Amino acid sequence: MEKALNVPTMAECQAQGKLPEVLFWVGCAGSFDDRAKKITKAFAKLLQASGVSFAVLGAEEGCTGDPAKRSGNEFLFQMQAMMNIEVLNGYGVGQIVTTCPHCFNTLKNEYPGLGGSYQVMHHTQFLKNLMDSGRLKVSGGSFRGKKITYHDPCYLGRANGEYEAPRALLSALESELIEMKRCKTRGLCCGAGGAQMFKEPEKGNKDINIERSEEAIETGASFVATGCPFCNTMMTDGVTAKGAESKVAVMDVAELIAKAADL
Amino acid sequence: MGAWPSLSNVIFALIFGAGVGYFTFNMRRLVALIKKGRPVGPVAHKKERWRNVLYIALGQSKLVKRPVSGLMHVLVYLGFVIINIEVLEIVIDGLFGTHRIFQFIGPAYGVLIGLFEVLAVLVFFAVVIFWLRRNALKLKRFWSPEMSGWPKKDANLILYFEMVLMGLFLMMNASDLSFQQLNQGNWISGSIYSMIQDWPQAQLHLIERICWWTHIVGILGFLNYLYFSKHLHILLAFPNVYYGRVTPAGQFENLDSVTEQVKLMMDPAADPYAAQPEGTVPEKFGASDVTDLTQVQLLNAMTCTECGRCTSECPANQTGKLLSPRKIMMDTRDRLMALPKEGESKQLLDDYISRDELWACTTCNACVEACPVSIDPVSIIMAMRQYLVMEQSAAPSELNVTMSNIENNAAPWPFNQQDRGNWINE
Ligand code: SF4
Ligand code: SF4
Repeated sequence: MEKALNVPTMAECQAQGKLPEVLFWVGCAGSFDDRAKKITKAFAKLLQASGVSFAVLGAEEGCTGDPAKRSGNEFLFQMQAMMNIEVLNGYGVGQIVTTCPHCFNTLKNEYPGLGGSYQVMHHTQFLKNLMDSGRLKVSGGSFRGKKITYHDPCYLGRANGEYEAPRALLSALESELIEMKRCKTRGLCCGAGGAQMFKEPEKGNKDINIERSEEAIETGASFVATGCPFCNTMMTDGVTAKGAESKVAVMDVAELIAKAADL
Repeated sequence: MGAWPSLSNVIFALIFGAGVGYFTFNMRRLVALIKKGRPVGPVAHKKERWRNVLYIALGQSKLVKRPVSGLMHVLVYLGFVIINIEVLEIVIDGLFGTHRIFQFIGPAYGVLIGLFEVLAVLVFFAVVIFWLRRNALKLKRFWSPEMSGWPKKDANLILYFEMVLMGLFLMMNASDLSFQQLNQGNWISGSIYSMIQDWPQAQLHLIERICWWTHIVGILGFLNYLYFSKHLHILLAFPNVYYGRVTPAGQFENLDSVTEQVKLMMDPAADPYAAQPEGTVPEKFGASDVTDLTQVQLLNAMTCTECGRCTSECPANQTGKLLSPRKIMMDTRDRLMALPKEGESKQLLDDYISRDELWACTTCNACVEACPVSIDPVSIIMAMRQYLVMEQSAAPSELNVTMSNIENNAAPWPFNQQDRGNWINE
């Protein structure tokens, strides 16, 4: 039941004189990475299906500066932040939702000190609210009874204490949620954070994403759910490297819900 | 009891004074070292901080997340603290020539000493188990490269200290004839006494005196050992937890010095050629040495217990990278302690912490989460990365590419910003 996506930009909204309920911050991965774009679309479909009025910044969005900051380049980070804040404040944005925990963390925690205070939510938190208020119907569909394991993104879990929203959504899928041994506060990183995504790993005896993917595969789950485009890449690569891609699919929580709803 | 002060009272006073005096001297040295860091100013969220002190430091809430070692640690800690109430009595007795002065409180005294004795036995055995975990079971986190040499010896010395002190306490009670004859509170020492009660009185008295003196000298020695040991955490854990992070772990501090410059750069009205006001030294970005770190970061380093919980959760360390958050803390402390001696001939970066370690961190915060005393190794790693990138332009080359992409196209990859919305219609 493919329905055409109708995603306006803030500029278009402003031209029509109506402010959307929420700004969908797509992020760099969500905009440009082929795999992450699917997550972006799945989430946009869910927003549309729930009747949420939303918009994106489109060409006016720029990297939040997270990788620059975590690389140690505070200058570049603050330049990006100031430019984004100017745009966001210009539109009078109040609420932001994003599918990337890194954008989420930066916008929520590091922008206020630079003059950008918004109510920022991760998409799993936003979807859970929609589900709780009855605007979004989440049911199992093809995932009923399937084994799913959830990988906690560091910047959603430990960094911001959100462990429950994604799990609540997964259990609403009527799936069987199997936890990895290292989960929640003790969840193992996928290896992408701190700008590692953009460089070769330092010398060691194993890549972190392989270690984590092995743990995910060991649970016997057929799906690895994530809530971060970078975790998604890392885990997909890890599962493929272990030759398990035919048995285990790595999917974002939003993709699972959208697929279950046949969107 | 002879005339006061007797020779032994004087000797006691001298030893006690020397012990407390040297300890005070070292604590002042410690404070002076920590003050070499950048001041942090008054902190907010006071209520939450006191709550943390209560739960995390006193209640050891993070420690018991690993139940076996956690609960034993609580036992040793409580036992040790409670038994040390006894030290107060020893000090009064020693100074004034009294014997078991607190006996005046009546039968409660017996119960108190009895409890101390039970605790002493429990502490003794817990410490033996700790020793076995380190030396016989060889738990991985105690056998990392940074744990060879002094740190390993230090950990064992502390355990021996505690075993001996507990043993002396029990033996002191067992050989104290008047205490045994009273038969109140000798719950444990009573059975030792039954084995030695036939010995001549004078010999028992001598044993009692030897134990009494060694015990108090041992305690003073232990007190003075703290400054040179990871055991300092029994004092510093409290202020350290108080100053620990109360904001979300993902929130990294924004550098105010950078904000000023960025604002200037972005302000079209600002004069880019304006000279810096006279006498201002351009601020150094990030940290290449301990003096560039904040006082809280230095307090962190001095507090580290070397338990290795951080390192055992670190994804980089678990996959064989050089990075160990515990080593980051130990290096920072070692450099700080050596600062008066080494001066500028060495620095934290390169001489202690290598770049490979710094670039292996994923900023996942697993170490911060795991630390039982609210230490934040990531903040030091970040400060040193800031120095490398902003002062030395020494980022790994791939990151330089990433950063120039961000600068030019507002994305870490070479895509055009105009195309950010293309996914909508793809
Ligand atoms: S934040 Fe860095 S040092 Fe700490 S556990 Fe994660 S990778 Fe290791
Ligand atoms: S930083 Fe904390 S967890 Fe790591 S060794 Fe020191 S005390 Fe233990």
